[in-house]
Amino acid sequence: MITTEHLYKSFDNKEVLDDISVVFEQGKTNLIIGQSGSGKTVLLKCLVGLHPIDKGAILYDDVCFNTLSAKDRQQMRRHVGMIFQGGALLDSSTVRENVKLPLDMFTDRSEKEKIERVNFCLKRVNLENVNDLYPSELSGGMVKRVAIARAIVLNPKYLFCDEPNSGLDPMTSVVIDNLIKEITEEYNMTTIINTHDMNSVMEIGEKVIFIHKGRKWWEGTKYDILDSDNPELNAFVFASAMAKRSKECGNKNL
Amino acid sequence: MIKFLTFFGRYFILMRRVLSKPDKWYIFRNRVSFEMEALGLNSIGIAAIISIFMGAVVALQMAINLESPFIPRMLIGYATREIMILEFSSTVVALILAGKVGSNIASEIGTMRITEQIDALEIMGINSANYLILPKIIATVLFFPFLAIMSTIIGCFGGYFIAWVTGIMNPVDYVDGLMLDFKSTSIIYSLVKIAVFAFLITSISGMYGYYAHGNSLEVGRASTKAVVVSSIAILAFDLILTQLILI
Repeated sequence: MITTEHLYKSFDNKEVLDDISVVFEQGKTNLIIGQSGSGKTVLLKCLVGLHPIDKGAILYDDVCFNTLSAKDRQQMRRHVGMIFQGGALLDSSTVRENVKLPLDMFTDRSEKEKIERVNFCLKRVNLENVNDLYPSELSGGMVKRVAIARAIVLNPKYLFCDEPNSGLDPMTSVVIDNLIKEITEEYNMTTIINTHDMNSVMEIGEKVIFIHKGRKWWEGTKYDILDSDNPELNAFVFASAMAKRSKECGNKNL
Repeated sequence: MIKFLTFFGRYFILMRRVLSKPDKWYIFRNRVSFEMEALGLNSIGIAAIISIFMGAVVALQMAINLESPFIPRMLIGYATREIMILEFSSTVVALILAGKVGSNIASEIGTMRITEQIDALEIMGINSANYLILPKIIATVLFFPFLAIMSTIIGCFGGYFIAWVTGIMNPVDYVDGLMLDFKSTSIIYSLVKIAVFAFLITSISGMYGYYAHGNSLEVGRASTKAVVVSSIAILAFDLILTQLILI
């Protein structure tokens, strides 16, 4: 479980996050949604420590992450997996080397054991026979899968995903969403996903936090979203023509 | 002034992270060998081509300007060798490598920064500055002295070649000059200089890449700044080291 308490963050005196208090639950897919520029990515980067926060607290279970020393934070990050928007695979390394890197750096397993683990993780994300390919030789969906494999190779307790579906077609997006959900349940991880894709919300949104103008505007489940009378949330959710049409038709099974 | 201080502040903060103990020594060794090939072996060609031409030009200039019955012709070989050892093989080669290797490092690390690869390393719990920059520093500091030695030898050969081809001087006199009054301290001075220059090129370029942000235009700017600042640092340290070692 990850908890934020009264989180504030600003850049050049411009408030980007304003008093965010949220509980991200373990074993569930926690989604942060909001318009571009609403502060979702800053919130995610604050949660993993890539941006220092101005005020407040970030608790990883009972440990206050933002007050840890640099060394302790580095140790804590070994329990963290993250999937970046573009995959962030190392360009000069093959798929195998990318997935194996955390094992090389932080375990004393034999080379054979490491290769077995890499193959297991790649198989888990439905990728085979790509071990010797470079990231530039993979499709967008495959890059995301390799990123997922790399994120779970050390059995993390916390998984962060920054717009895992960006740039993917709707069918591949569903596959990636379901994969993240399955892995979350399988490893009982605390998963936090940053997205503005409403299909993902309706697919895997076990807990949804709506960020608007840097503030937590709304919180609930995917089932609560359609019944919400929050005008900003409704404007966001029913922004697309298809969603509007569905609403007009009274079809709540989007 | 503030920019100047900010630069030094950022540089020393980064160097503190870079010059820490690597997480895994065998990975570090592998990365050093990889970088030796990428930054060192791949620079042999350009260093060799420039050295042979510069050696030839220096010998020609000496032959033209030392045209006097009171000056022995063998001094042309002596002067060529001294210029190659003292300045060309260390300082000029370093300036050329600042362009080639410096821009390569800054753009590689800068691209890794803007595509979030460095963030990914940090999230994994890896000291990204140490993982990416230290192997490059060690590889260049170890390899560039070999380039300097190679450059001196090839440059002297360039002078011999031009003497033989143009007949502007007797090649035997040239070789006698090459062997005249040889001081090993000159070689040590040259090797110390290029090792320091290698550190400056790699660390400064690494810093500009590491702190790059924004888009590909910013990476291009970081790369250009890395070359300019590395070149200025090389010239400044050339002066400092000459004062410290030779005088």
